[in-house]
Amino acid sequence: MATTTTNLISPKPVKIWINDILIEAEDNQTILQVARNYGIHIPTLCYLEDVTPTGSCRICVVEIEGAPKPVPSCCTFVKDGMKIYTNTPRIQTIRKVIVELLVANHDMDCLYCERNGNCELQDLAGIYNIRGHRFLGSKRQNPLDQTSMALVRDPNKCILCLRCVKVCDEVQSVHAIDVTKRGFESIVTSTFGKTIHESSCVLCGQCVRVCPTGALKERDVSTEVMEAIDDPNTVVTVQIAPSISVTIGEEFGIPVGTDVSGKLVTALKRMGFNAVFDTVFGADLTVLEEANELVKRIKNGETLPLISTCSPGWIKFMEHEFPDLIPHMSTCKSPMSMQGAIIKSFWAEKKQINPKRVYQVAIMPCMAKKFEAERSELVNDGLPNTDAVLTTRELIRMIKKFGLDLKMLPDSKYDDPLGESTGAGKIFGTSGGVMEAALRTAYWLVNKKNLENLEISQVRGLEGIKKAKIQITPEMTLNCVAASGLKNARIICDEIRAGNPNNYHFIEIMACPGGCINGGGQPRGMDLEVIKKRAQALYDLDKHYSVRLSHENTAVQRLYANFLKELGSHEAHHLLHTHYYPRSERRTK
Amino acid sequence: MKLKEMKVMTEKISRKKGTTKKTRSTNINEIDKNTNNKNANSKNTNNKIANSKNANSKNTINKKAITLTQDQYRKAKHIQNSKPIIFIGMGTCGLASGAQATFDTFRSEALKYKLDIEIIPVGCVGSCFLEPIVDIKLPGKARVAYKQITSDKVVEIIQRTLQKEEIIREWVLGKYPVEPSSSDEDFSDIPLISDFEFFKNQKKFVLSRCGVVNPRSFEEYIAYEDGFKALAEVLEEANPQKVIDDIKTSGLRGRGGGGFPTGQKWQFCRDAQSPDGQKYVICNADEGDPGAFMDRAVLESDPFSVIEGMIIMGYAIGASKGIIYCRAEYPIAIKQLTNAISICSERGLLGKNILNSGFNFEIEIKKGAGAFVCGEETALIESIEGKRGMPRIKPPYPATYGLYGNPTNINNVETIAQIAKILNYGPAKFAEWGINKSRGTKVFSLTGKIKHAGLVEVPMGITIREIVKIGGGIPNGKKFKAAQIGGPSGGCIPAHLINTPIDYEELKEVGAMMGSGGLVIMDESTCMVDTARFFMKFIQEESCGKCIPCREGTRRLLEILTKLTQKPKNDYEVVDRMKSMISLKELAYVIKDTALCGLGNSAPNPVLTTLNYFRDEYEAHLYENRCPAKACIGLLSFRIDAEKCVGCGLCKLNCPNDAILGEKKQAHYIVEEKCVKCGLCKSNCKFNAVILE
Repeated sequence: MATTTTNLISPKPVKIWINDILIEAEDNQTILQVARNYGIHIPTLCYLEDVTPTGSCRICVVEIEGAPKPVPSCCTFVKDGMKIYTNTPRIQTIRKVIVELLVANHDMDCLYCERNGNCELQDLAGIYNIRGHRFLGSKRQNPLDQTSMALVRDPNKCILCLRCVKVCDEVQSVHAIDVTKRGFESIVTSTFGKTIHESSCVLCGQCVRVCPTGALKERDVSTEVMEAIDDPNTVVTVQIAPSISVTIGEEFGIPVGTDVSGKLVTALKRMGFNAVFDTVFGADLTVLEEANELVKRIKNGETLPLISTCSPGWIKFMEHEFPDLIPHMSTCKSPMSMQGAIIKSFWAEKKQINPKRVYQVAIMPCMAKKFEAERSELVNDGLPNTDAVLTTRELIRMIKKFGLDLKMLPDSKYDDPLGESTGAGKIFGTSGGVMEAALRTAYWLVNKKNLENLEISQVRGLEGIKKAKIQITPEMTLNCVAASGLKNARIICDEIRAGNPNNYHFIEIMACPGGCINGGGQPRGMDLEVIKKRAQALYDLDKHYSVRLSHENTAVQRLYANFLKELGSHEAHHLLHTHYYPRSERRTK
Repeated sequence: MKLKEMKVMTEKISRKKGTTKKTRSTNINEIDKNTNNKNANSKNTNNKIANSKNANSKNTINKKAITLTQDQYRKAKHIQNSKPIIFIGMGTCGLASGAQATFDTFRSEALKYKLDIEIIPVGCVGSCFLEPIVDIKLPGKARVAYKQITSDKVVEIIQRTLQKEEIIREWVLGKYPVEPSSSDEDFSDIPLISDFEFFKNQKKFVLSRCGVVNPRSFEEYIAYEDGFKALAEVLEEANPQKVIDDIKTSGLRGRGGGGFPTGQKWQFCRDAQSPDGQKYVICNADEGDPGAFMDRAVLESDPFSVIEGMIIMGYAIGASKGIIYCRAEYPIAIKQLTNAISICSERGLLGKNILNSGFNFEIEIKKGAGAFVCGEETALIESIEGKRGMPRIKPPYPATYGLYGNPTNINNVETIAQIAKILNYGPAKFAEWGINKSRGTKVFSLTGKIKHAGLVEVPMGITIREIVKIGGGIPNGKKFKAAQIGGPSGGCIPAHLINTPIDYEELKEVGAMMGSGGLVIMDESTCMVDTARFFMKFIQEESCGKCIPCREGTRRLLEILTKLTQKPKNDYEVVDRMKSMISLKELAYVIKDTALCGLGNSAPNPVLTTLNYFRDEYEAHLYENRCPAKACIGLLSFRIDAEKCVGCGLCKLNCPNDAILGEKKQAHYIVEEKCVKCGLCKSNCKFNAVILE
């Protein structure tokens, strides 16, 4: 943080007054933090926790007794005896004028906007009673960037709060976007004004989750999905990613961290999907193939460490920035693509449906999955593994459109046979989950018996980098590390480039901090407590699953027995494995 | 100090003749190379480690590199020169007036006339309106300055002055005083240049060497006013705290605009803890104010003073690295600085173990790409770091968290250039000049509706009226209306406040600010609404776009002011103009209160001061659609005086929009709705029948 000097000193307790209320705080806290802790709401459009404050929106200004000018509360630290006023007439005028200024340079097509009803600017315009335009004049006009498969940028709705820039730079270390041009013409864009598609953006969608307005959003494909459902000649199958069932409920008034798998299946069936599957099945397949790959690589002395490849944002990042690590990457497809490949082969064959008639939809917590679905390598027998990816947010809108109240729906079961799942696959939704699941199976592959304690607590939690040493046999101890957030991924990649000094054997990387439960396609907001609860919910589910090991998934066992033959077989390679290539900024597909 | 008061070395000079070399030194580089102590310092680098020095113990340093032999001194001061020396003012202002052609002509004509002369390009002496200024020092005679010597006058100078030793009276600006100890012959009937009307009431301190010395000559810097003496003393005394105390005693305040006490700023930086021990000093040479060129003149004409000031500043603060952030639009300044830095490095004044004192210091030049906001210290730091020049939030201030997170001190050129001079002159004596909390002198670049535009250095406390007087008053017999002080975000001071003294606080009181020294004089033909609009246009273009009030707000201020300077086309626009005028002040104050950096905070100043002092003009624009100064073309209409019009049809012929009606030999008529106000009718009318009102 820019305020290092303040942080070096240990915090001291201070007494301050906010709006004449005595409050005890510590001097390493900002006025905004203290006020929020005490339920005093100070509006802000640019502030983000854990990111260097830019102090650019100036809406959070407050008055301090004795200070000549109002100060921004997001970056002013409290001092003993400070008397702060958050709502004086002067402050109210300032906030109103600032919101008016923003509105004056805005598209103002709220009714057409995806954020209608949950837009931070709209909220403030309401609160500050803006009922007309005082400052109407010229407007910034820049073209809509629709070049990307996943991300749509509307610069005319951008208020230049710089949250996206900061998140891209400081949380993800991608720095695909920054501000360019001066003054009124300033615009957030990628290098040399390239489109998102041409840029080094990895489409993780973390920027979308923090955008206060409708300037950043996912490419909505719900219409295409609905058309497929309405087409009588098409069999629409859908798979639901592990983390969706514990996040989607939040938007329907269900407590954070509640599993709504059953209700979700009902909702999707009522919407007209022909078959509903659980991506956890695909995850179990991934676990088996990846664990097998790991054990094989160790036994044969092949390239180590092995790096997991479930996160499409991470893969794109690696292809852009660390193409030299390609030999380290697991060749396993992600669970979504594995599941898709199996649906269009094994399942279609079994149900005697022409695979060409199958339209495979995936509901993902991720925006980069939309990009993954378009990758030309993820095609089998001329058919893409996935036809459409819906993010959690798109699904929420669709459910609402169908007038379904998720809370009131009865539970239903996933369709067989690709609906059977295990606890190991379920925890894929959180950082460290892939590793934990794979290690459980790797242990079994080597020892032909299961780990005594299935829970590998070292790789649980929301830390960015989690290291663990796992003893597989008395002679074999694996050094494992799970990193989430691309900034942490970069640290690990740099280590491997430098010769792998920590001698890692197995690495799991997730592009989004905390894993899929905090994915770019999840409901907006960045509340750490909410993310913790979502992760806990997944671990609790794992505990209550009757089967907690991927290799014990009977449906998976049957699949191998009847179709894929054995782990790492030719058929498995054909359907479940892929490859990667270096990606310059120009070549994005 | 005045030119005639310029301190003179007291050592006796022997009067031997013929010590100068015979080679023609028209190549400006050669002048610097004629010294023989180039290698002097190489023997002294016995790498003392910068140990913590006791305040009482004196440091022994090696002054050889900065000590001139008598011959060198005489040559540097051009005493008893054997051949004529031509000094040509070749700063940016000189070049703009044609100094390059003058220089070239002197060179070629001298060859033709077989004259052995030395041509020395110098910087700007301040009287930019008289450029190109050419000084001639005939062998053994006083140096005489000629004004406005364009290339066509060169031959005459060669024939009359150089060949016949005749002084051309009508071109004379003044003479320079002769060295008292020398035998140079004085011209008793020619007045001193310092007595010239423009210089008479100035106090040359920062600019004292400008235009006088060769900016590329290390020896001349030392010879004139004890260059590097202050640095030697500082290193000898080995007490950095005393330097800071001296600067505090002098009462020097930042000349870049903010006016923060320089000594205090240095103290903060000296006291700050650096995570890795590295501290930085930065010279802010990103002079971006339109119409301001004080720093450019100093950098072009006296670059060594900036280098010396920076070394002293680095020593006082404990920094081993200095950066000069200079805008790339100042190529000559960058050239002179680069030259000065390389000479200082060669002579052991930069680099490791400076003058054998154990102190290490390096200077690097960073070129700015032309953003106005990069003059703001934190934006400047971001720019040096290679990022987009956007101001940081303060606190933390650069003194604790600056360049690359290390304690950093930033001062502007004018502040740094006078550090050595203050230490030489005596901080307490320096503090005697000025009033209240404003001490010393201030350089202004005087422009606008003024007879004599140029650089003016005056003691603090002098009134604006006196500065206008120095500039020779308003041309064409017009009346003084306002002075815009402090750059684009300064304020307009009206005629009734013309006696406001130049003082940081007093200027703030009237709504303006000291700024870096831009001073634009306006007369009655200037419209104040239009002036506010002009500055707002600049500010909103140069806003970095980071904070909302500045990015969005300044554009709206500009739009409101633009509306005022144009006639409303319909009822909607009339109401819109009224409505936005009501919001103008509120918006201006919100920007002032909330903008993130100094640029934004002061951005509404031109609007607020003009609104305050020239409300009647705003009202005339708003209610009557009238511009009292007749400057806002959008509010004026072209009309044909039927009495004067002879019906020649020239206006009709030239009108690009067919807005003029009329039959031959009949009075013509302009249809206002169609008129695009290009003014072609007026310029083409031979009978002055087209009136603008």
